[in-house]
Amino acid sequence: MTGTSTGVFSGLRNWLLLPSWLVIGVLVLSPVFIMLVYSFLTKEFRGGVIWDFTLAAYDQFFLDRGLFGDEPPKMEWTYINIFWRSIWQALLATLLCLLIGFPTAYFIATRPPSARTVWLFMVTVPYWVNLLIRTVSMKFLIRDNGPVNEWLLATGMISEPIHLINTPIAVQLGLFYSYLPFMVLPVYAAMERYSFSLSEAAADLYASKWFTLWHIVIPSVRPGIIAGCILVFIPSMGAFLAPDLLGGARNFMIGSLIEEQFKGTAGNWPFGAAASMILLSAVLLVLLYYTHYQSKTGIAKN
Amino acid sequence: MKRLFFAMTTAFLLVICGPANAAGKLSIYHWFEYIPQELLDKFSAEHDIEVTMDTYDSNEALLAALKGGRIGEYDVAVPGDYMVEIMSAEGLLDTIAEGELRNMGNIEPQWADVAFDPGRKHSIPYQWGSTSFTVNREMYSGDIRTTSILFDPPPELSGKINMLDSQGEVLALASLHLGIEQCSGDKEKLKALNALLQNAKPHWASFISDGAKDVLVSGEAAVGMIWNGFSAKARSENASLEYSYPKEGYLAWMDNVVLLKDAPNRDNALLFMDFLLEPENSAAVTNFAQYTSGVTGTYELLDAELKASPELNPPADAPSGTFVAVCDQATQELYDAIWTNLKK
Amino acid sequence: MTGKSQDIRHYSGFLPISLICLVLLYGPLIIVMIYSFNDSPSITVWGGFSLRWYDEVFHGLEAPKFKKAAFNSFTIAIMAASTSTVIAVCTALAMLRCGNFRGKAVTFGLVSLPLMVPEIVTAVATLIFFSTIGFKAGYATILVAHIAFCIPFAYLPIAARLQGIESFYEEAAVDLYASRLQAFFQILMPLMLPGIISGFLLAFVISLDDFIITNFVKGAGVETLPTAIFGAVKQGIKPNIMAISTLLLMLSVIFVTLSYLAGKMGSRDKG
Repeated sequence: MTGTSTGVFSGLRNWLLLPSWLVIGVLVLSPVFIMLVYSFLTKEFRGGVIWDFTLAAYDQFFLDRGLFGDEPPKMEWTYINIFWRSIWQALLATLLCLLIGFPTAYFIATRPPSARTVWLFMVTVPYWVNLLIRTVSMKFLIRDNGPVNEWLLATGMISEPIHLINTPIAVQLGLFYSYLPFMVLPVYAAMERYSFSLSEAAADLYASKWFTLWHIVIPSVRPGIIAGCILVFIPSMGAFLAPDLLGGARNFMIGSLIEEQFKGTAGNWPFGAAASMILLSAVLLVLLYYTHYQSKTGIAKN
Repeated sequence: MKRLFFAMTTAFLLVICGPANAAGKLSIYHWFEYIPQELLDKFSAEHDIEVTMDTYDSNEALLAALKGGRIGEYDVAVPGDYMVEIMSAEGLLDTIAEGELRNMGNIEPQWADVAFDPGRKHSIPYQWGSTSFTVNREMYSGDIRTTSILFDPPPELSGKINMLDSQGEVLALASLHLGIEQCSGDKEKLKALNALLQNAKPHWASFISDGAKDVLVSGEAAVGMIWNGFSAKARSENASLEYSYPKEGYLAWMDNVVLLKDAPNRDNALLFMDFLLEPENSAAVTNFAQYTSGVTGTYELLDAELKASPELNPPADAPSGTFVAVCDQATQELYDAIWTNLKK
Repeated sequence: MTGKSQDIRHYSGFLPISLICLVLLYGPLIIVMIYSFNDSPSITVWGGFSLRWYDEVFHGLEAPKFKKAAFNSFTIAIMAASTSTVIAVCTALAMLRCGNFRGKAVTFGLVSLPLMVPEIVTAVATLIFFSTIGFKAGYATILVAHIAFCIPFAYLPIAARLQGIESFYEEAAVDLYASRLQAFFQILMPLMLPGIISGFLLAFVISLDDFIITNFVKGAGVETLPTAIFGAVKQGIKPNIMAISTLLLMLSVIFVTLSYLAGKMGSRDKG
């Protein structure tokens, strides 16, 4: 690193930092604080908020007081289940992306340079394609009368269309498909720096190939794997398009729950803010673990 | 960097001079797929007004958006009957003064003075119709003239039902199915309503309003709660669809163009309302959306096919439609709780 | 590359998985592309090759709506990407050329914040913020929101590039009595250009892509391509949507190519 403290631009440091501090401070940080405040406000009867502080939004999230609100509070499982479903779907998507993405990244990294460029290009294009369009394509593909079912019916492999749309499987497929490139690229980036002479050394010492993969290659590229997992997990967890377009309104994930409070019919902003805060806290926990892990293994500083 | 700045300035200039500079503007908040683009273009051309339109897919979504700070952005909206009453009570509507609308006299007598807007102070009729459900006859051939198809479906329809994502209509139709009055504060009745919906929920595949036609046409759903005109459009794309007028009753509604409070282009909004009260224009909406107009003199201008459509002509033995009622706050809060319970 | 090392590197099964990966990534897109040339108005029945849906995209009834949405999308993307690129360049200079300072880690955290916070949370927070300060929703709200969350996407490639440039270039310039501005614009910036272009392109695509934040903060009558497409798709997938998708897909290919060329330019003159 060019860590000289008397760089040419040192005198300008604060001025150079000002724009990003200002923009992100005002447009990202302070909104999150206001959102936190909002989650403690009172919902007005027909929508809108009153500036009276209450825990009602969190109460609604965690406690069930019966239809008339007069029963002793029980644990409310509905929203926790939605949350849990989001985590579960995101984890599964991450795992699937890893299962397909890792071998692909490895395979690309072992191609000769010219072929590597082509492969890399092929993997990068979908990454740049509009997420909405990709989700819509998936919806089109797996509809009851979509091309996949038509083709399977025509070839006689099935006698009834496979019903996928509006099921959790469709949502999973959408998440996996949406974020697969997010896994391949970071893993490839790590793989590119991996020195294959290590594998050769292992082979010389009579290590089996799968042993080498598991004990030499994977540990060496672990930062890339973890980065890929995080890049898949976080957006999957808060996903809105996949559950909305592929899951109907039945396979709610936390993203759809939040959207419903603001753009849908519910109009309960404090509850939406509370759900967002809970989602944000969960994500920050994951990231904290990540940075903790990074500093522990000493690869934090580039 | 120079090139970047150049790109930026060009973009800024484009934004300033880009969009056509019409004399006036009109901002409409409307249901999806409810007005033909040609008609908007016609209005635009007649008055040299640039029309922009956003869409919503339920009365409750409209209310939530306006209460959530969107009031003041739109000139007109098209709420259903009960929502006009609610919006009026919430102070979201502006008053149309006597004589401000030239074509007020074109309103059909039966809609000229209505309970949800006494004296038509805030609204004019747009279209009216019914809400019930449509069945794909290829997938189910039994009796469909009962609301049990939705709320207690035969096994072969379970899991193939789409409901409208519309709180007022779903709860009102469920009340009809149970034979209880709407907005009853009686705890037992509310519990029964809640139980009915909770028991029906596992049979329902989705809550989709904007795709209500598409799921039926594509065969994704065998049964779909739907509005009569939207169902007629669905039938034109898939002949095996049949709209039901159940014997327990069905919902009637009237959508109305309202003048919103703080409308940025109030004068143009009034022009637009007058425009829609012209029989010719109202008929254009009706021919497109396939409901029924509330404007006199449109009937002659309708497509023959539409006049005869089974969706618009209930069988002789069908009961008359029921309007969604507006509940008091205490009951409405329980209704909201039942709906949240259902959706979560 | 010896045969032996090839063998050690090779895992049977990885090639098929990579091919599956490509099929998964491209299958749906290619099928949509094929069906966009379908003459039949029913989207699932093949009725022969035709360009009618492309004609409809440009000249059909809904064309003005989509054209306006495209106009909004592109102008917002250009402005948001330019602004965030300038901000990212400033930040990268401060982070990599001004030694160690207190708050460096915090700044890095701050800049990458929009990457870490789930998009829906950013959308909610921005909506509440705008509504609290009374910023009227419209074109400007979308633009402002996009600038903020494009910064990290612009920053990462720019910082990566700047990291690879030794500081003696600008030091030498200053030793030769160049002003700091001259040192930056005439020496450092040309060297950083590949990174700046990549950062700009990435930010541009991210802005063009965004649905969730735009959907939350857009004002009356203002649509971008994704929100317009989403609105249309909710009522069913129509062939004209497939045509628009195919056009956007082509655009993505162009952008990746540009970005790739910028990268190539970088590796050639790296020295």
